[in-house]
Amino acid sequence: MTQTTPSTPEAPLAVEMRGIVKRFPGVLANDHVDFELRAGEIHALLGENGAGKSTLMNVLAGLYRQEAGIIKVKGNPVEFYSPRDAIKSGIGMVHQHFMLVPSQTVTENVLLGLDDPRFFMRLPEYDAKVAAVGERFGLKVDPRAKIWQLSVGEQQRVELLKMLYRGANVLIMDEPTAVLAPQEIDGLFDILRSMISQGKSVIFISHKLHEVTAIADRVSVLRRGVATASGVPSKGATRQELARLMVGRDVIFALDKKPGNPGNLVLDVQDVYAENDKGLPALRGLSLNVRAGEIVGVAGVAGNGQSELSQVITGLRKCKQGEVKLAGDLVSNRNTLFGIQHGMAYVPEDRNHVGSAPNLSVTDNVIMKKYRQPPISRAGFLDMGAATKLAKELKDAYDIIVPSVTTPVRLLSGGNLQRVILAREISGLPSFMVAVQPTRGLDVGAIEGVHRLLLAQREAGAAVLLISEELEELLSLSDRVYVIYEGKIMGEVKVGGVEPDESLIEMIGLMMTGTPLDQIHKEGVGANG
Amino acid sequence: MAESTSVQKKRAGFKIRVEPRLEEPAAWYPLAVSLGAIVVALILGGILISFAGGDPLKSYQHIAKASFGDTGVLSDTIVKATPILLAALACSVAFRMKLWNIGAEGQFIMGAFGASAVVLAPLLAEDTPRWLFLTVMVLAAMAAGAIWGFIPGYLKAKFNVNEIISTLMMNYIAIAWINFWIFGVWSEGGFQMSPKFPNNAWLPRLLEYAKEYPALRGLTTHAGLLLGIVAAIILWIIVYRSRWGYEIRLIGDNPQAAKYAGINITSNVIYVMMLSGALAGLGGMSEVSGVVHRLQTAPIAAGYGFTGIIVAWLAKLNPLVIIVVSVLFGALILAGREIQPSGVPKMIQGIILVSLIASDFLLRYRIRIVRADAEE
Repeated sequence: MTQTTPSTPEAPLAVEMRGIVKRFPGVLANDHVDFELRAGEIHALLGENGAGKSTLMNVLAGLYRQEAGIIKVKGNPVEFYSPRDAIKSGIGMVHQHFMLVPSQTVTENVLLGLDDPRFFMRLPEYDAKVAAVGERFGLKVDPRAKIWQLSVGEQQRVELLKMLYRGANVLIMDEPTAVLAPQEIDGLFDILRSMISQGKSVIFISHKLHEVTAIADRVSVLRRGVATASGVPSKGATRQELARLMVGRDVIFALDKKPGNPGNLVLDVQDVYAENDKGLPALRGLSLNVRAGEIVGVAGVAGNGQSELSQVITGLRKCKQGEVKLAGDLVSNRNTLFGIQHGMAYVPEDRNHVGSAPNLSVTDNVIMKKYRQPPISRAGFLDMGAATKLAKELKDAYDIIVPSVTTPVRLLSGGNLQRVILAREISGLPSFMVAVQPTRGLDVGAIEGVHRLLLAQREAGAAVLLISEELEELLSLSDRVYVIYEGKIMGEVKVGGVEPDESLIEMIGLMMTGTPLDQIHKEGVGANG
Repeated sequence: MAESTSVQKKRAGFKIRVEPRLEEPAAWYPLAVSLGAIVVALILGGILISFAGGDPLKSYQHIAKASFGDTGVLSDTIVKATPILLAALACSVAFRMKLWNIGAEGQFIMGAFGASAVVLAPLLAEDTPRWLFLTVMVLAAMAAGAIWGFIPGYLKAKFNVNEIISTLMMNYIAIAWINFWIFGVWSEGGFQMSPKFPNNAWLPRLLEYAKEYPALRGLTTHAGLLLGIVAAIILWIIVYRSRWGYEIRLIGDNPQAAKYAGINITSNVIYVMMLSGALAGLGGMSEVSGVVHRLQTAPIAAGYGFTGIIVAWLAKLNPLVIIVVSVLFGALILAGREIQPSGVPKMIQGIILVSLIASDFLLRYRIRIVRADAEE
């Protein structure tokens, strides 16, 4: 089952994991996984969501205890009961969600939890020390800056600095690029290379194939808790090969999309103004429309009003001016229920905090929009038999992996939870659907599943508004794409049918950075470079 | 996964490992843990009793006898349990929606006032048929309690006033309110109590049927128990089997998801506080019409609303479990009167409470003892 390493120059092993077993409810997250990390390499750990990558690394970082198996660091068996034990052996992990205190400075965050300094902080002295460590590895951060003042990329550097300051030799990066902008990703790669050149080793968890081939020396792949490849040199591997090892079949990168046949106007957003939670203008005279049987994309850098747009459409946020109409009925500034009762489905971007109730069962979660109507509701009472039947049907139809429909959804993985939400929204046979970042944080297989479901909606004649930050996703699914920038639509491009060419992508890129479409046409494509 | 993948140096000893529980435990497990906690508490209490110079076994026997020993004391236990039951039901429905109603005490008192007003105002003549009298008293009590719940509920819904503070403060207003009536308007010859209610306004008690069934002689268990059990069953159906209950559970677990599902949170806050108040008010009616038979501050404002908070938590907000836990609490209160020195039962009560609350840990975490040399 395992492809072994071809004979590359043998560097000593920095970490060796043998036969690691870890279970979670109903899931064997790691099934006798072997993993080897050589000193001075960048080793990518590839796998779908829920394949067990993070679990394996959390075991190595001392956050979880393995149920079986051994860990050796530089050839010596070790036992970790806490991250503190792991860092003593030189293993540090940078998590996807940073663990920093926003109101404190970089130095204070780096020193947090250390025995030295003992009582007086003597910050200037330690500022210098922290700066020196940063200098050595090319991590440019001002030690006196407060965390809240830093960009996400800089915060990630602080996390790295924390680990390096503690003397980590092995750095585990859990999907470090997920939160970064493209140019920040290049910066991170430079830092990783500079750390390698100074004898550190890096484990790079990812499910993005192009990054893995760009940065890693060797790749290990996990699929459903089993290692399908250990330490394959990334130079020789093609993207298709790695994808196959990851998902167990050839991923179809191109979706077969039938030509569109747009029908009646379904969603009509006219000149909408709205504020964000802080009372600042988020939408400023935004207009767009979606017809039946088409997928319309909204492209843009995060935080340009996408969330507010979806909330105004679904009635969760008031708009100050303008109106939203659904098949001719006014839906803006009305309650959410009106939209739900008029065939509007909504896949929110935050599946844990908006899209689901974590402690309620799968059944309770799938009836969230159906509990008002028969067969679930009978004269004000719930027919639990009918609800359970529905949940079981959806569980089978949408391939939701869960021990039972009475399981609370907080125990589900991200991909499974998204399937619960999609199952609920799609089974209501909506005439219109807003999907916000429906594939964020999902693995290749799950993303493909979501894409197929969205295309099926389009073919069934529903209107779909797809708000996403993944340009590739928008271009492969949408018939038209609007580009949003600071709460306004910069322009609209047609993509349906044709292979997106470079000039189209360049145009969208220009609009995403604030150049309106008319101006681009006036100046000619490529004028800005 | 007992298969060992490595042979290592053997080291002696055992290690205790605490791990978060990621699976739902089996259905019998929470019950077993609770019973275990009570056993542990009784052992600890036994040690305490022997320090105080008593014989733990004998004391426990006496406590058991004093609260469950014969039909007489069992009946007394149930009389004590009834107001706790209704107050705990009131708390449970509000807590289910994460509305921290600390005001069951005040709503209970206002319920007692509402029921008394029917008799004392008087809204109904003294010779009104008993069924009508009691029905009107029940309705008046529930309405009074609901109003006392509505005020903090409305303030919470409209102005986001913290319900913990407002409900707590309204308890004191309720006490002052009934004091005003019994000191002044309805005072029984200057005493701080109202005149006794006519028999038509008393909830039926078992002893009334002693003529037909001599075994019932002297038993003071009253129909309030029936009200409590029926209320518990109805509340269970509302919470777990009705549309409204689904909304309550959804709001309680994730208000954002509830909004997303098109549920109006504001009106539900008000309705649930009113239901909570009405249940506590019913408790007040049951106590005033089933036990005290007059409006009087001390026996009505006896802290049942506060005990209800604890009982609701211990029963994990499940209305049917609340019935059982209320009876246990009734027994503890009763035993408290029987045992000397009088501090001991209070302490045992405290130990049981702490043990039960601590045992919750075992539901969320599991403890595994492993051999130190084992890699499993």
